[in-house]
Amino acid sequence: MFKYLKQLTSLVAMVAVLFTFSTESMAAKKSKTLKNTQKKGFVRCGVSQGLPGFSNADAAGNWTGVDVDVCRAVAAAVLGDANKVKFTPLSAKERFTALTSGEIDILSRNTTWTLSRDADIGLTFVGVNFYDGQGFMVRKSSGITSTSQFKDGISACTNIGTTTELNMRDFFNSKGISYTPVAFEKADEVVAAYDAGRCDTYTTDKSGLAAQRTKMSNPDEHIVLPETISKEPLGPVVRQGDSVWEDIVRWSLNTMIEAEEYGVTSANADMMKTSENPQIKRLVGAEGEMGAAFGLDNEWNLRIIKQVGNYGESYKRNIADTGILPDRGPNELWTKGGILYVPPSR
Amino acid sequence: MNAQVNMDNRGIEFGFGFLSQEASFDIQFSLIDYDGSRSYARAYLVGLLNTLLVSFIGIILCTILGVIIGVARLSPNYLINKTASFYVEFFRNVPLLLQIFFWYFAALRALPMPEDAPLIFGSSYMTIKGLYTIAPVWNNFDVFFIALIIALIVIYFFNKFAKRKQEEEGKQYPKFFISLGIFIVIPALTFIVGGVDLSWSFPELKQLAKTSFTYEGGLGIPPELIALTLALTLYTATFIAENVRAGIQGVGKGQKEAAASIGLTPSQVLKLVIMPQALRIIIPPTTNQYLNLTKNSSLAAAIAYPDLVLVFAGTAMMQTGRAIEIVAITMATYLSISLTISVFMNWYNKRIAIQEK
Ligand SMILES: N[C@@H](CCC(=O)N[C@@H](CS)C(=O)NCC(=O)O)C(=O)O
Repeated sequence: MFKYLKQLTSLVAMVAVLFTFSTESMAAKKSKTLKNTQKKGFVRCGVSQGLPGFSNADAAGNWTGVDVDVCRAVAAAVLGDANKVKFTPLSAKERFTALTSGEIDILSRNTTWTLSRDADIGLTFVGVNFYDGQGFMVRKSSGITSTSQFKDGISACTNIGTTTELNMRDFFNSKGISYTPVAFEKADEVVAAYDAGRCDTYTTDKSGLAAQRTKMSNPDEHIVLPETISKEPLGPVVRQGDSVWEDIVRWSLNTMIEAEEYGVTSANADMMKTSENPQIKRLVGAEGEMGAAFGLDNEWNLRIIKQVGNYGESYKRNIADTGILPDRGPNELWTKGGILYVPPSR
Repeated sequence: MNAQVNMDNRGIEFGFGFLSQEASFDIQFSLIDYDGSRSYARAYLVGLLNTLLVSFIGIILCTILGVIIGVARLSPNYLINKTASFYVEFFRNVPLLLQIFFWYFAALRALPMPEDAPLIFGSSYMTIKGLYTIAPVWNNFDVFFIALIIALIVIYFFNKFAKRKQEEEGKQYPKFFISLGIFIVIPALTFIVGGVDLSWSFPELKQLAKTSFTYEGGLGIPPELIALTLALTLYTATFIAENVRAGIQGVGKGQKEAAASIGLTPSQVLKLVIMPQALRIIIPPTTNQYLNLTKNSSLAAAIAYPDLVLVFAGTAMMQTGRAIEIVAITMATYLSISLTISVFMNWYNKRIAIQEK
């Protein structure tokens, strides 16, 4: 008797829930991460321990960089304020466990999207915010101008737990060169050891080389060799199993890139609401119900553009104007000869 | 249970199958044959042996240094005494990780580039890329090795025999010299009849680029190993020195005076009367220091010495994503090393303990 009564009440409750809350909060219900983030009031974001242009903290503890901006975009979308982010600096080795164990909810830390990382270890990559490749740095005085001048016995400094470690082996093996890998846990030590002369070359993502060079005692004494030995598509990562959260992060990034494509900037975003172009209107929340599927309001994307800016603004502010990589290379829009191409917001 | 559910939800599997997969990363320094085409299990072994190596060298050196400093702290000579106590106070109170960084980066700054390094002892070069020294090149090393073992067995039986003779007939053999003779003659014979041959390979300077050099041939000891050993030794020796001091002070003053009064020299007093009693006090806390040193060696990861933590709980864990399995294996390994050291030290302590009659 009582058993049925109990079942009946829970059934009634369920139906009531279904009806009282529209689809909007259903998404929030489904996404534990979104719910927790809104409850906490900040986005928990894993970044590097200091990579200028990508994720770097100034003396006052303010984080900047293109990787940082992805997390800020998500915060603007789900919390309404791009500053509501808690950054956790992580070494290459720590980053995935921090995400899978639930210490952070987004990993935006110059991380390469690979099959085994995506498929094997409980992670989901949501997109690419920087197309990169691995390169080598050497001292100018060595006279080396190409990797073809590398000889047996060369020592190479790098980080552990990176794709770099694996590519390096493939590269030297295929050239038949014997080498000494000197692999550190933290990037600062890699740079210090290479700078002191422990290694003949320093190898990592070319963006990383350009960024780390700015930290060396005499940046002008080092050059990055022209060869690129691998594909390193870097992008934000989330835990596997929360597809709504995954979509939010993916479309926050896409919004920034598409905004650049349509010329929507932090300065003109409000005005664009009255644009003639429906695609632009969707990007600024003036047409369609673009936030509903995530359990967000309609201006989530407008806030991203207004508070963080489009991808081009972010790139210019963090990477170009700081002199790290003034030339956008492949990270230019597909309409301008690059390979940045994202699916449409519609 | 909960972990299992969580892992399932997050698409993580559990299992040890990955150990046989190809590791595909190289390791700077290895005591056994290794390259990235070997398995993760092999990489584990490389890391383990590197951990054991640095712990072993560290334990020996810090024991020697610790005893010297400990005895020095009791010296009536003001200068020696004060220097020793300053050493202890200083090295014990600076965090170990800082000391490791200091020795590593100080060494890197101070050491010459390979092309500028002076030849030392007619055989070695100390450079920023490491210590390069001569390496033995063996022919038929296994024959030589077997001969060494045979020699040890012969020495064991000879000593038993000599002891019995002494007890039964009072005949005394010069045990030490005969043992030494056996130890030299049997292995030496293999050079004549066993086809064993030993030559030396010298490190030679090699130019890699205009201003970039290295050494080839010989034996290369990485600066990471040297800095780590140095830091672990200097740090742990302070604790051992304190144990030694406490041990010696723990032996009654009367013992010392009595021993001196029967005409023993001060060094005989120390060796025959004080040390045997002091050791009983010294060994148990020193065992703890050996365990600490072994555990502390895992700070190696900070300066790229490829120990168990860097290779296995670092690179291998990242590349496979098998966090739970790898942490479990690593913890079990450290536990086993600790237990082995404890068991050995307990055995040693029992053996040297004064037998009450
Ligand atoms: N993209 C590579 C390498 C990433 C990486 O860790 N790079 C280093 C060198 S640029 C780094 O980010 N260092 C900064 C830090 O550790 O904070 C990967 O995902 O494995």
